[in-house]
Amino acid sequence: MSGSVGQPHLVAVLFFFGFIAVTLGITWWAARHTLSTEHFYAAGRRVTGLQNGLALAGDYMSAASFLGIAGLVSLSGFDGLIYSIGFLVGWPIVMFLIAEPLRNLGRYTFADVVAFRLRQAPVRIAGAFGTLAVVAFYLIAQMVGAGNLIKLLFGLSYETAVVIVGMVMMAYVLFGGMIATTWVQIVKAVLLLGGAFLLAFLVLLRFGWSPLALFDAAAARYGAQVLAPGQLVSDPWDAVSLGLALMFGTAGLPHILMRFYTVPDARTARTSVSYATAFIGFFYLLTFILGFGAMVLVGQDAIRAVDRGGNMAAPLLAEAVGGTGFLGFIAAVAFATILAVVAGLTLSGAAALSHDLWVNVVRRGAAPEHEQLRVARLATLLLGALSIALGIAFKGQNVAYMVGLAFAIAASANFPALVLSVFWRQFTTRGAQASMLVGTLSALGLIWLSPAVQIRILGRPSAPFPLSNPGLVTIPLAFLAGVAVSLLMPEKDAHERFAEVEQRVHLGA
Amino acid sequence: MDDRTPALRTLAAAQWRLAVSLTAAMMAIYFGFILLVAFDKPLLGTILRPGLSLGTLLGALVIVSAWGLIWIYVRWANSHYDRTVASIRKEVR
Repeated sequence: MSGSVGQPHLVAVLFFFGFIAVTLGITWWAARHTLSTEHFYAAGRRVTGLQNGLALAGDYMSAASFLGIAGLVSLSGFDGLIYSIGFLVGWPIVMFLIAEPLRNLGRYTFADVVAFRLRQAPVRIAGAFGTLAVVAFYLIAQMVGAGNLIKLLFGLSYETAVVIVGMVMMAYVLFGGMIATTWVQIVKAVLLLGGAFLLAFLVLLRFGWSPLALFDAAAARYGAQVLAPGQLVSDPWDAVSLGLALMFGTAGLPHILMRFYTVPDARTARTSVSYATAFIGFFYLLTFILGFGAMVLVGQDAIRAVDRGGNMAAPLLAEAVGGTGFLGFIAAVAFATILAVVAGLTLSGAAALSHDLWVNVVRRGAAPEHEQLRVARLATLLLGALSIALGIAFKGQNVAYMVGLAFAIAASANFPALVLSVFWRQFTTRGAQASMLVGTLSALGLIWLSPAVQIRILGRPSAPFPLSNPGLVTIPLAFLAGVAVSLLMPEKDAHERFAEVEQRVHLGA
Repeated sequence: MDDRTPALRTLAAAQWRLAVSLTAAMMAIYFGFILLVAFDKPLLGTILRPGLSLGTLLGALVIVSAWGLIWIYVRWANSHYDRTVASIRKEVR
């Protein structure tokens, strides 16, 4: 049954080249419309609510959530659901606190919002530092995942896979900017949602359209404990800490925040979060069906035989219910998923380097348009080369903790500063700097001291910091630093200009 | 002009109150679920009917509640909030 996974399969290769051809075509079209920084970073602000909803979903639904969560459910049942829920509950927070103020206050990056009434250079340097830390760890996790997955799916060598992903992604961002990246996300989101839906459809077809009959079949074969909580959540503090990082990290991910600048107004930003949450929630409910489907129709031993972590559960299930042609389609969808997420990350990193650091710090906001575009493209090249190098450098490393780390940094470095700058009159430049630096550095430091690195990677007997994810400590710490430093060192200008912030948040520019 | 600031301030306060309440509701629902998972595993393993455990049902309800809270916010924002913003804008002009 598992015969075809890992071999270069004709249908998979055809679907894959089809996807590359279509997306490069889109990039060629987008390149002709990318004339200014407003196009390069924000797709000309003409993306509709539905389009941006799909693009947000595309940016957020990584291969880790498609293959990883389906695999986790297939091997441990209920516990996989805990993860998918954690990845969804951040979206209401994005809606209530972030999306509309961000759209009305900023232009291209989240640091635009924090720096709005504060002194530009110090805030932007701290903001870019946090953003680049999030982007770097997220990129490493995606690139290493890409290399491993493509090796399993297509039989290509790890290095070849990493180089292909890096080059194609660079082509999208370099030539097509945000217009191409948005449309690549939309195509990918439609393919991923469609593929997962079709797969779930074929599974439920065999169980008389009843998910309960499927779950019951799983319980009959592997025992009722697959429907109950298992080992994943054993320490409640650990679970709460990871939960906080997932919840508030979503509202601090730079590639997600940047999407709100692509829509024309705050109302459209609001609409796009509704669509995104609907799509993402629906997708996670589907992965639950896929996981149990693979558990019953493929079998846990067959899944483990191909990949111990269970990552191949969904492709194996596709082969079991739809034959090798369908396996090829799902494999190509997984590849497209990685490509699209990496492109979004690179664009947000390039914006931090060029818009925040070069234009607003080095050139003090006065750089001509053509120079801004050139620096943005140079930054893209730099980040693309860096992601290929990092992908190869971390070959064979356990990078599972890096996604959790990226969320923890986003939740501690970006989210508190963003909320304080929009909603708190007394917030100051020094406060913003303190909040972002304390958030980034404490998250980095505590992850280093955590069991995830000290025990599982360095093989030490114990870890100085007990939690696997630092969110529970670092998010409150970043808020505290921001508030305490602002109160100790008041800033008259920032205080007075809050009325301007309030007016702009609600009435728009 | 004099009328604008109080109207905007009232609207901003109302928006903040709703945003914070809904955020608190989402946190209570999600962390309530996580703490149940951590502290009462046998309870969540209760089989309500063949194939359906209490844990699966509650988990699906957390996802549905996220949709529900967003629906509440969007309904308020699309009607009351947008109308008030439009009337404040008109006064400014």
